[in-house]
Amino acid sequence: MSKLLANIERVSAGYNGETVLRNISLKIHDHDFIGVIGPNGGGKTTMVKVLLGLLTPYKGKVSQPSGPIRIGYLPQAAQIDRSFPITVQELVESGLQGRRFWRPGPGKAQKKQIAQILHETGLSAYAHRAIGELSGGQLQRTLLGRALIKEPNLLVLDEPNTYVDKTFEGELYHWLQELNKKMAILLVSHDVGTISSMVKTIACVNQELHYHPSNVLSAELLKVYNCPIDVIAHGPVPHRVLGEHRH
Amino acid sequence: MPQFFDLFAYSFFQNAFAASILISLLSALIGTYIVARKNVFISGGITHASFGGIGLAYYLGLNPFLGAAVFAVLTGTSIEWITNKGKMREDSAIAILWSLGMALGIIFVFLTPGYAPNLMSFLFGSILSVGRSDVLLIGGLTLLTALFFLLAYRPIIYTAFDPEFSSINGIKVAFYRYSMAVLVALAIVVSIRAMGIILVLSLFTIPQTTALLYTHSFKRIVALAAIFALSGALIGLYVAYAMNIPSGAAIIFVLTLQYLLLKGIDLLHRQRRRNTAD
Repeated sequence: MSKLLANIERVSAGYNGETVLRNISLKIHDHDFIGVIGPNGGGKTTMVKVLLGLLTPYKGKVSQPSGPIRIGYLPQAAQIDRSFPITVQELVESGLQGRRFWRPGPGKAQKKQIAQILHETGLSAYAHRAIGELSGGQLQRTLLGRALIKEPNLLVLDEPNTYVDKTFEGELYHWLQELNKKMAILLVSHDVGTISSMVKTIACVNQELHYHPSNVLSAELLKVYNCPIDVIAHGPVPHRVLGEHRH
Repeated sequence: MPQFFDLFAYSFFQNAFAASILISLLSALIGTYIVARKNVFISGGITHASFGGIGLAYYLGLNPFLGAAVFAVLTGTSIEWITNKGKMREDSAIAILWSLGMALGIIFVFLTPGYAPNLMSFLFGSILSVGRSDVLLIGGLTLLTALFFLLAYRPIIYTAFDPEFSSINGIKVAFYRYSMAVLVALAIVVSIRAMGIILVLSLFTIPQTTALLYTHSFKRIVALAAIFALSGALIGLYVAYAMNIPSGAAIIFVLTLQYLLLKGIDLLHRQRRRNTAD
């Protein structure tokens, strides 16, 4: 029986009194790999913020029924200030910071952990470089390293394939398949083709949430789920991207 | 030059010298935070809004720097609150507080009966008029700021860089950001007597911009900015003495010259490296 890590129950949420999400529910179990799709402004990132505790819902609640979990988070690259004076190693190390006011520098074990993550993400040679000197893919790898350093139970990724090249995208998806053996993953993406090829289940978010218990979605079902998307053909498999939305 | 060193015999010059060292250290720490967070405009807002406090304190017969401190802290924390809540455009809020502070300052100074304080000393400052108590105040704040950075360096940097991730990681983001807003406001106020409202911000940004020519590590920027600020302040003091010009303006002029000179050398080096590579 798989463990229920996080439970979003009948949540309504938004900003400045305006409702973006209406009465959504989602259960996340260990080793789940859920793809979150939906139109721009449909509430994908809002749902992530509610799940991470960054946004208090108007109604409903988010709980961790099996006890507190460690959540690793990879934000959208656009949120990151690349001119901030911080090195790759410092950024990865920041994932270890907890509540404590004062923490001495990383101990022996933590240094080993940081070196290991830098090695796994192929960033050992860039450890002392400022993040402003990195390519889009290298920055995403650094942010992934920060998200993974605490060995999370749940990894949340918000549009990880923006601003990165196809080579890194391929590497990332390979990593995610491996990581899913150890943790649950919630992957937000506008690229439904990529989502459906690797995730186990899909959540369509467009103000409401429709949970689809497999990774195969037909155009008819997307209509039923109110997830408006257009068919385009790029990459080896013709797939769909989400259409524009007025919100 | 020997005549310049003779000035060290006077207590006013000893105070100015001590204040230069302390303000250089304080501005290196606080200025690097301001520049890293791209808060230069916010700091400009705090600086100018504090003039409202100076005017009100004059009107009520209180210490003008107490009034400036209250206004600066209120402005700094209000802007931090507006930034967090996102209920209003941050730049509009800063512009309103900036001009409101200046307007209140002018109104209260105008309403103060009998005596019109010398506004020029607040606008342009004078490090040579810094007293013993000012040096102690600047020293105390520098010590407090250094201690806070020493103990909480990591959470300060992490919450400045990515407050959302820090919050998920359990860091008390609001505590660090508001604490820093208060320290930034107080650092600006204690430096006003030396540099003046109009010039003080340069001391918190030019040395950091110069340091950024050489490094992108926060710690190294602080160290280099302290060196550049100190050299700028001391050379500026000498220039002010030699040319008989206001010390605050001379310091800013030297800091800018220092930046332009090092930027020029940096560009030449880059050009030479490019030529060698070709």
